[in-house]
Amino acid sequence: MSTLSDRPDRAVVGEALPHESAALHVTGAALYTDDLVGRTAGCLHAYPVQAPYARATVTAMRVEPAYAVPGVVRVLTAADVPGVNDAGVKHDEPLFPTEVMFVGHAVAWVLGETLEAARLGAAAVQVDYVEHPALVTVREAIAAEAFQGARPHMERGDVEAGLARSTHVFSGEFEFSGQEHFYLETHCALALVDENGQVFAQSSTQHPSETQEIIAHVLGLPSHAVTVQCLRMGGGFGGKEMQPHGLAAIAALGATLTGRPVRLRLNRTQDLTMTGKRHGFHAQWRVGFDSDGRLQALDATLTADGGWSLDLSEPVLARALCHIDNAYWVPDVRVNGRIAKTNKTSQTAFRGFGGPQGMLVMEDLLGRCAPLLGLDPVELRRRNFYVEGQSTPYGQPVRHPERIVAAWEGVLTTGEVGRRRAEIAAFNASHDDVKRALAVTPVKFGISFNLTAFNQAGALVHVYKDGSVLINHGGTEMGQGLHTKMLQVAATTLGIPLSRVRLAPTRTDKVPNTSATAASSGADLNGGAVKNACEQIKERLTAVAAGRLGVHPNDVRFVDGRVRGLGDAGESVGWDELVGQAYFQRVQLWAAGFYRTEGLHWDSSRMQGSPFKYFAYGVAATEVEVDGFTGAYATRRVDIVHDVGESLSPLVDIGQIEGGFVQGAGWLTLEDLRWDESDRPSRGRLATQAASTYKLPSFSEMPEEFNVSLLEHAHEDGVVYGSKAVGEPPLMLAFSVREALREAAAAFGPAGAAVDLASPATPEAVYWAVESARAQAADEPLARRAGHAHLVVGGKGVEPEQPEPGAPVLEPESERALDSAVSAGARR
Amino acid sequence: MASLSPATPAAPTAPATTTGAPGITVNGRTVDLTGVPAWTSALDVLRENGLTGAKEGCAEGECGACSVLVARPATDGAAGTTTWTAINACLIPAASLDGQEVVTAEGLGTPEHLHPVQSEMAVRGGSQCGYCTPGFVCSMAAEYYRPGRSDALDDDHDHDDHDEHDHEHDHGPNGFDLHALSGNLCRCTGYRPIRDAAYALGEPGHDDALAQRRDRPAPEPVATRVAAAGGSYARAADAADLFGLLAEHPDAVLVAGSTDWGVDVNLKAARAPFVVGIDRVPELRTLEIGDSSVEIGAALTLSEVEARLSGRVPLLGQLFPQFASRLIRNGATIGGNLGTGSPIGDTPPALLALEAAVVLASAEGERDVPLVDYFTGYRQTVRRPGEIIRAVRIPLPLSPIAAFHKIAKRRFDDISSVAVGFAVTVDGGTVTKARIGLGGVAATPIRAFETEAALEGRAWTKPVVREAAAVMRREGTPMDDHRASAAYRSAMLGSALLKLHSATATRQEVGA
Repeated sequence: MSTLSDRPDRAVVGEALPHESAALHVTGAALYTDDLVGRTAGCLHAYPVQAPYARATVTAMRVEPAYAVPGVVRVLTAADVPGVNDAGVKHDEPLFPTEVMFVGHAVAWVLGETLEAARLGAAAVQVDYVEHPALVTVREAIAAEAFQGARPHMERGDVEAGLARSTHVFSGEFEFSGQEHFYLETHCALALVDENGQVFAQSSTQHPSETQEIIAHVLGLPSHAVTVQCLRMGGGFGGKEMQPHGLAAIAALGATLTGRPVRLRLNRTQDLTMTGKRHGFHAQWRVGFDSDGRLQALDATLTADGGWSLDLSEPVLARALCHIDNAYWVPDVRVNGRIAKTNKTSQTAFRGFGGPQGMLVMEDLLGRCAPLLGLDPVELRRRNFYVEGQSTPYGQPVRHPERIVAAWEGVLTTGEVGRRRAEIAAFNASHDDVKRALAVTPVKFGISFNLTAFNQAGALVHVYKDGSVLINHGGTEMGQGLHTKMLQVAATTLGIPLSRVRLAPTRTDKVPNTSATAASSGADLNGGAVKNACEQIKERLTAVAAGRLGVHPNDVRFVDGRVRGLGDAGESVGWDELVGQAYFQRVQLWAAGFYRTEGLHWDSSRMQGSPFKYFAYGVAATEVEVDGFTGAYATRRVDIVHDVGESLSPLVDIGQIEGGFVQGAGWLTLEDLRWDESDRPSRGRLATQAASTYKLPSFSEMPEEFNVSLLEHAHEDGVVYGSKAVGEPPLMLAFSVREALREAAAAFGPAGAAVDLASPATPEAVYWAVESARAQAADEPLARRAGHAHLVVGGKGVEPEQPEPGAPVLEPESERALDSAVSAGARR
Repeated sequence: MASLSPATPAAPTAPATTTGAPGITVNGRTVDLTGVPAWTSALDVLRENGLTGAKEGCAEGECGACSVLVARPATDGAAGTTTWTAINACLIPAASLDGQEVVTAEGLGTPEHLHPVQSEMAVRGGSQCGYCTPGFVCSMAAEYYRPGRSDALDDDHDHDDHDEHDHEHDHGPNGFDLHALSGNLCRCTGYRPIRDAAYALGEPGHDDALAQRRDRPAPEPVATRVAAAGGSYARAADAADLFGLLAEHPDAVLVAGSTDWGVDVNLKAARAPFVVGIDRVPELRTLEIGDSSVEIGAALTLSEVEARLSGRVPLLGQLFPQFASRLIRNGATIGGNLGTGSPIGDTPPALLALEAAVVLASAEGERDVPLVDYFTGYRQTVRRPGEIIRAVRIPLPLSPIAAFHKIAKRRFDDISSVAVGFAVTVDGGTVTKARIGLGGVAATPIRAFETEAALEGRAWTKPVVREAAAVMRREGTPMDDHRASAAYRSAMLGSALLKLHSATATRQEVGA
């Protein structure tokens, strides 16, 4: 057992504590970036000039009319950029574009003394456009072969041989929607320039280091001239991993040019129309099962709808490919991926980061095929779980597959699934107009950034002379409770009460070169770094204590703020006193901590390796009720057993599980991104660009009964205090809602009815599924909506589209750098 | 980390005097409104005054992050008392709060002295990112202080357990009505801990200053005049004042709860040179239940109408919980819903089924217009310049079968794709009268005349209803949009009638 995962007695980790800012949250005292505006004298306000076309060229821009608006101070255009006119890291996202790539693309920004002045100024800027034909849907892009970036390919075994030995072969198609993050706090940045020309930007960002880098390259400054701070975010969910950079750069540019603080806050409409979302996908697949329903082969092509620029689409797609197996062993696999380039917002990271999309293809496929195989979906899923000794299609051994079974059995038992399914059958037999169903689905989710280099973190821990402790780390707080966990880690490592530890906001001048707080890795990585820094300090204090107590250093113990010898009921010294003594002995009382995840390797170009430290597991059972008149439904009960290792902070972890589940259910059932696909002048416009048209789950979607428990005996070796990551995996527990809706809709038809269900499964989509089940009873032709998935039974199946020879492979810049370093080393 | 145990809310300091400049008493201190344009929301003014607890999440009254408490006259009309009422601060003009008392999350408690609502939210994990939290706290506090909250316990507990969306699912053991939070969105928690916090609340202590404040009258409305270059605001003191203002400013925008205009201000940059607040005009706030009709004042909020009708008009009783959210119903009025004339407003289908008339008033006098004749086109009505909606009048007796069916993606706080109001009389097994109002299937709310004809004089049986449902599917001219397809809308019209029949048939069986 590594010492990293070793948990001491009376540890502060493992205590169920409220969020460290809870008292500030509930009283309105917690500050978010835009709350700082009133505390910053002389702020200017920024407002975008948004293009009305999905694709167009800017041929002329007249800014003078804006200056005629009272209160307008400055119009920012491409000519003002001293450095690189690009908001991304791939140099495909001009900050001030001449080519408009989506409806709402900002072509200029106006700074005003008031927001109203800036708004009126933006309206006064005159822009001439020449409009071009635009691609709006993923199908249009596929037809036009409009792809961008790599076309990753993952293969194991011989998929044709696997299909040939299969008893049952099915092929299908499935297109499903993306999702808007809808963090309650929209994007916001506030930038100042000091007397030295140093930029200080406060930003609602999950990735302060990259925000810093983008500001620096836009302004033509070295990184040490830019500091980025994030107090906290009002939600992130991946939406603030890449998207804040350009906005912060605009604010910083404005501050540099005017010498005044500049605030840029997107209102909800701007946020919805300008910033990226979860990728919708199109999938084609062929699948083979043996006579027992065991998966034999899977051949799939996934097309991610990337929007106008590459952004994070390549790693999102890679993770989708790496998760198409979910919890199931498939001997022969071939999966191709590609990224459609469409005239929409640049789709980006969103909780799960492609994993949910890959897994949805598999779970949809199983849900559709189970009736065709004549198998109970619960049995079909159970029969295909990984077992010890098997590995994923990308070659990573699946460690602890017995935990999937343990969680599955746990849910079946505590959820009384057998009894309830019998009750549901009886209920359905006696009700014509309303039907119920209960579905159970598993989650297996890989933890670590696919890209090995990102799996590192830093921390800075200060112990002051009075014994109080201040910690800094590279992770950002967006509600996920990272800071709470880091306080607990520090208190545990130092053996002091939580009240002695305080946490300072995330800043790039405290911890440099940080990775995004993303990939669920925040606690694993930063926890490792905080623990490392604390251990350095503790080691130095141990020497002081050993001398003071007259015991061997190996026998010194730090518990609850007192330091004593092992097994020694005698002399002890208080933490504060020891710290004071150490200061006078000229012992360094602060330390920089560092952590990198060991044991990872990944070859992006071949899509092979062991990119993940471990897998997080979970199982959910969901019961729904569907109204056959309308397709409206309610979630009656949800039972979840989820694997968080040995929890660092149970209240936080349960909050993540519940919140992730409901957010996933929102994606799959309710949240309906609609883009104008017509040929009207509004083509490409986001039709659901407000909270009134894009509906999030509210109280009415909450499960009536919601039982969540943490998997027991789940200590994870090699991870901080035996814990596991929790941010993303629970989102995918919501597949159980979708599958329950499918089965409830099928219950309106004859026994064994197979039902296709659109995603999101809105009441309307469920209604059409009910109608198609009823049509099977009446032996009528299936009523299917245009654009809906098709399913073909038997034969060799319909082969998914295959890439051209020589299609570009995934080749992240960092891996190229690594390769050249290795080869340079070889030369030396 | 501050202590998370609750403290008793302290007494707000004395209310602002209304003698001088316009102002709001916020958490006991006066916030000046001099020169604040009518399009400036209460939220913006609060935030500019350092009270940043209330947030902008959506700017259209959907998310509730801006929720604050206002001291309003008792919802049920009880004289001399106050109801702490939660509203969306992002929608109402700041000027409309002149002379009023507001409490924000900061005023309920501090990190050192949490309010009981704040304490429950904090210790149960009710906040994650915390951004929506101050708004949730205010909405929850309004329900915490609702008079009679725990009086009606154990009333509704012996239902058949699949009655659609049981009442008890929306109420806690402490009487907490979850609909109080229907206008608040949280993206982090999944709501369970927030519900647990709400259901764990006890009764306010005797020394709770906000509880005590309920026993005194709410601040009187002020005949506000806030002049501003970007748009002036005036509150009409009474009908005479209102008609005077309208004569002087024929193009004035009339707002009551501002739940519609506020959205236009925030999302469509609507600005108006002159805005008149009519929400406290006494002549528009009457509610009379007579022998031949029920007359509802146009400027009563939907929450007030709901409380004062107290089930007297069952069709409206079904409508209210489905109309937007509690936060919106605390501002929105029937007059506003009819005044904007939207084809997807929720009250018209119900009022059409009830054969309501609109009482239009001007300086010259009043006239009654049957609602069925009121709408003339998309957001067009017969209302003339200078005319206001004073009331709606619902004739009595009411048909015994009444139902309001709303088709939407979400049960709480959504806009209808289709809405259907039914008022049907069945006598001896025969339909003697059928009135059906429809929303969302034409440019205006409409009556389903052909369906009514297909039912009247015929037996209330499944075969007849099936035939009539086929007729109903063809009513109106539904469109495809982001809310629903035309095909689904049409299907829902037929389904609504079948569902109504199914429900009444079940009820008759149960009754027999």
